[in-house]
Amino acid sequence: MLQFPTWKRTLVLVVCALGLLYAAPNFVANETALWIQSWMPDGGPGKQLSLGLDLQGGAYLLLEVKAEGVVVERLDANIDAVRGALRDARVRYRPAPHIQGNEIVFRILEPERLAEIEALMRSVDPDMVVEAAEDGTFRMRFTEQAAIEIQRRAVGQSIEIVRRRIDETGTREPLIQRQGHNRILVQLPGVEDPERIKDLLRKTAKLTFRFVSDKMSVEEARQRGAPPGYEIVPSADEFQRDYLLERRVIVSGGNLVDAQPSFDENNQPAVSFRFDAVGGQKFGKATQDNVGRLFAIVLDGKVISAPRIRTAILGGSGIITGNFTTQSAADLALLLRAGALPADLVVIEERSVGPGLGRDSIRAGKIASVVGLIAVVVFMAIAYGLFGVLADVALLFNIVLIIAALSALQATLTLPGIAGIVLTIGMAVDANVLIFERIREEVRAGRSPLNAVDAGYKRALTTIIDANLTTLIAASLLFMFGSGPVKGFAVTLMIGIVTSMFTAIMVTRLMVATWLRRRRPAELPI
Amino acid sequence: MKKLTIIPADTAIDFMGRRKIAFVFSAMLVLASAGLFLAQGLNLGIDFLGGILIEVKTEGSADVGGMRSTLGQLGLGDISLQEFGEPDVVLIRIQRQPGGDEAQQEAVAAVKDTLDLDKEAYRRTETVGPTVGEELREAAIIAVLAAIGAILVYIWFRFEWQFGVAAVVALLHDVISTVGLFSLLQLEFNLATVAAVLTIAGYSINDTVVVFDRVRENLRKYKRLPLPDLFNLSINGTLSRTVMTSLTTLLALVSLYILGGEVIRGFSVALIWGIVVGTYSSIALAVPLLLYLKVYRGAGEEQAEPAGANAEG
Repeated sequence: MLQFPTWKRTLVLVVCALGLLYAAPNFVANETALWIQSWMPDGGPGKQLSLGLDLQGGAYLLLEVKAEGVVVERLDANIDAVRGALRDARVRYRPAPHIQGNEIVFRILEPERLAEIEALMRSVDPDMVVEAAEDGTFRMRFTEQAAIEIQRRAVGQSIEIVRRRIDETGTREPLIQRQGHNRILVQLPGVEDPERIKDLLRKTAKLTFRFVSDKMSVEEARQRGAPPGYEIVPSADEFQRDYLLERRVIVSGGNLVDAQPSFDENNQPAVSFRFDAVGGQKFGKATQDNVGRLFAIVLDGKVISAPRIRTAILGGSGIITGNFTTQSAADLALLLRAGALPADLVVIEERSVGPGLGRDSIRAGKIASVVGLIAVVVFMAIAYGLFGVLADVALLFNIVLIIAALSALQATLTLPGIAGIVLTIGMAVDANVLIFERIREEVRAGRSPLNAVDAGYKRALTTIIDANLTTLIAASLLFMFGSGPVKGFAVTLMIGIVTSMFTAIMVTRLMVATWLRRRRPAELPI
Repeated sequence: MKKLTIIPADTAIDFMGRRKIAFVFSAMLVLASAGLFLAQGLNLGIDFLGGILIEVKTEGSADVGGMRSTLGQLGLGDISLQEFGEPDVVLIRIQRQPGGDEAQQEAVAAVKDTLDLDKEAYRRTETVGPTVGEELREAAIIAVLAAIGAILVYIWFRFEWQFGVAAVVALLHDVISTVGLFSLLQLEFNLATVAAVLTIAGYSINDTVVVFDRVRENLRKYKRLPLPDLFNLSINGTLSRTVMTSLTTLLALVSLYILGGEVIRGFSVALIWGIVVGTYSSIALAVPLLLYLKVYRGAGEEQAEPAGANAEG
């Protein structure tokens, strides 16, 4: 027991030395740490603690992609194909194909052609299930796999668009990842204005260029219903009137290659844009054929502006004017560059912390840890004398090892995580207390110092393991079910349990054994 | 050097003789906690209810009354404002808005527009939508139940079933009374509190295991000692350690409570309470309960042999 084999002694010393090495960067200035890191291989020391958003400030956003909407949109697109196929087959129907829930429903008036039409419908979209009833009613919906696939793709695209939009804002080191099947987790360290980011993320930014009807006025359309292929679209400016627009899209935002904030001829903020080759051609042709007509620029279902086509616009570029401020023009340009979201995004959870609170939390956490540490160190020294001091040395190593492990694993340190460290400071000495109390008992039972220490360590060991494993169970469940800051608490607690067992059992034992062998005391100062 | 001895070596408190007092006290504590919980419930935070929490720091002392009346005109339902730690920091809590996830965000925007403060003034903004709130609530309940279950299985595996039952009764006592404390003081019960409760569960068991280990050891050592005496011996033998560890942990936690800042305060309260009640329950509840659960000495020897062999080797 007191014979420490060389390998064990070496192991303890190496672990402690590595601990100091990995923890060290946290006690120097940031620049120095970065400098050290640049000299180190990957995984080598030099990394500082990675602070959670609650400590460094920043925004945590959980977004949900309303992907069901995409399925309905796809249905909507298929209705035209269904209608076209029915027309080509010259079959009469009533009601006409329309969307009911997640199905396209219609009824043909010639039930004797049921089989023929059913086969025809199957060819419209292989991803759809076609159900035909005896009375001629057809129900068509996407197969489950197809619906899932459509949604999965929409979420994937959304993540890509979210990433582009956030990159455009110049946020450093954002974390964007899929969570579950339709959620996106976004972590933005250092962001000070989460409202702006949220506004940018929640806008679909679907841009279309469409003609304004020259056949009918909005008032007429409102009274008699919009003619087929037309719809009434409100203006983005609430004081402006609504527009009757063709449903047909001349060009959409998907054909844009660039958009920049600029100013119009009246020096008002505007957005200039450039089409890709296809978009430029389409737009050029449409404007050439329709000089004198109004066309509307529609963003997310609202008309931003509706200028008159004075000449054909052939250069493939243009300018959007509207009721912009410099900021809103810049934001719209950003959104257009990044592209439109395929589905609506909703923020379902937000946790933003300003840099001020983060700094205060770090300072308070540091002070609380140091004061707690000093209190425990003094208490142990008073209670157990020399042995207490040895336990204190082990406790200091324990903290070094926790910081080293957190830095090396780049585990996130959160405010509850700091609380976990403070709690560990208090509980880490438990193993030593158990051992020392046991040694005291053995001394009282009349054993010699060497024997007492030996027996104390041996007998306390199972208890220590039993007791720590239960806490480890609680901590690992916390890790599994917890989120964000709570997970940080679980991580430090688990690391703390493991390191405290190591330092209490190995480090103090090495010190106690060395001291006993050198001094051979007749009486234990415990 | 004279060392500080908190529990003298010859301490022989008759815990078993006074077990009825402890049982009555604990029963009252649990019943009162359950009653409080049923009568006035918990002050659930937005983590579980959904809703909005905004912490702002104003220049100079905050005009809480003025802010309350301006925000009250927004028609966002239940709004509570309170000074948070310092006179220039205000915590605004707004109930979950009807109308789904999007409605929460609109409310936040409305509040920020109305307050019209610099963006630096917003120290913290948290919104939890109804879906996430429900999920967090479920996850918290599962975590607590799973932790208790896992601990029970572990104790069962390591000791005999009697020990497992006694340990879990003590554990439930600690958890229930912590919930009772939160109900009594109407402290905010949030995710961090659940973390604290789970930590308390771990600590409570930790304490109990240490005493049980000694009970098991003594059961093997003193075959003819009456059980109450044997239990007393075991508790007194580990009392010094129990008190020492609780004291060092409390020292650290009190420092956290006083100096750790406002955000972490509820969490510290839960842990401090948990340490105190966990220490009490392992001594006054867990061990005396063994008396009623028929601990077999013979059988115990057989079952505990591997662990014993381990300790000797």
